[in-house]
Amino acid sequence: MSCAAPDQTAGIPVGVDVSGQAVVQGKVCKDNQPVAGAFVRLLDSTGEFTAEVVTSPGGDFRFFAAPGAWTVRALSRAGNGQADGVVTLGINQLDIAVA
Amino acid sequence: MSREDPLVTTEWAEQNLSTPGIVLVEVDEDTSAYDAGHIPGAVRINWKTELQDPVRRDFVDRAGFEKLLSAKGISNNDTVVLYGGNNNWFAAYAYWYFKLYGHQDVKLVDGGRKKWELDGRTLTKDVTDRVETTYTAQEQDSSIRALRDEVVAAIGVQNLVDVRSPDEFSGKLFAPAHLPQEAAQRAGHIPTALNVPWSKAANEDGTFRSDAELTELYGNLDDEKDTIAYCRIGERSSHTWFVLTEILGKRNVKNYDGSWTEYGSLVGVPVELGA
Repeated sequence: MSCAAPDQTAGIPVGVDVSGQAVVQGKVCKDNQPVAGAFVRLLDSTGEFTAEVVTSPGGDFRFFAAPGAWTVRALSRAGNGQADGVVTLGINQLDIAVA
Repeated sequence: MSREDPLVTTEWAEQNLSTPGIVLVEVDEDTSAYDAGHIPGAVRINWKTELQDPVRRDFVDRAGFEKLLSAKGISNNDTVVLYGGNNNWFAAYAYWYFKLYGHQDVKLVDGGRKKWELDGRTLTKDVTDRVETTYTAQEQDSSIRALRDEVVAAIGVQNLVDVRSPDEFSGKLFAPAHLPQEAAQRAGHIPTALNVPWSKAANEDGTFRSDAELTELYGNLDDEKDTIAYCRIGERSSHTWFVLTEILGKRNVKNYDGSWTEYGSLVGVPVELGA
């Protein structure tokens, strides 16, 4: 499994209409390989913690945020890393490289 | 009160996996996390199916709690050591819940499952089998649980601490951002509540911050007043209740487990928006 082709729809809960949600999702990768079991935190524009999830076996994570600027930060045995993005309604992809 | 009583390190937990009289209990928001691997010897409590009444919105009653703990093989004299994912939210909730039913010897693993995993400590899929006990619970300790009427009466009178994220407090989000945005009828917060996000009490690895940092964090609380903590469903506010009561030794702190999903759906109560 590589980090090159993110799955845009993996595991969205049944019945959730993503058009009304600002979904922030992505993969945590190290050397182009997905990192499973990483702890990913969603931080708001002031750096304040908002939520945390654990990545799937394929390194995937997802948050339901709101439109605006967000940071995602990953902690793992393989290393830490983060990425910033401006989010709009719908699905927003934000991958994290850890080192 | 010092943190050495209610808190143990992951290292201590690992050294005491086989100690008689110590029972490790995993409680997770993701109730399937245990199946993918847990601390060797730990039993699981499912906060959704085992701690809530299946019909009414309330906890299982005293007899139900007795039955649950008996089935889990936990006895009255055991030291219950709780840990869980998501920075111990639901482990702290279970800690408060055990105290509610009078189990005094409870501890929390500092950092919970995240710290255990980041430490690279062993997880197992082996099912833990403990001999059934005959557990006796106490009546609920109403001094640590707030119900809605006393929350409404506490507006402007007691310390109200809203421990949700700033965006939930202001009304921008209804729920933590790892969940779909649905829940209460109205967004916002209880008037006069201070917003002290639970996350400010924890380090990135899930461990609690130092006593000095925690004392400063809650410096705006009036120690002359009683305190009620709330969040969305009472799990994150259990984390804050733990800090205020068990680490900082503050008195008369209650957890409002109805929290925003109840308050934000009440007819006629005041709601405030904005930071």
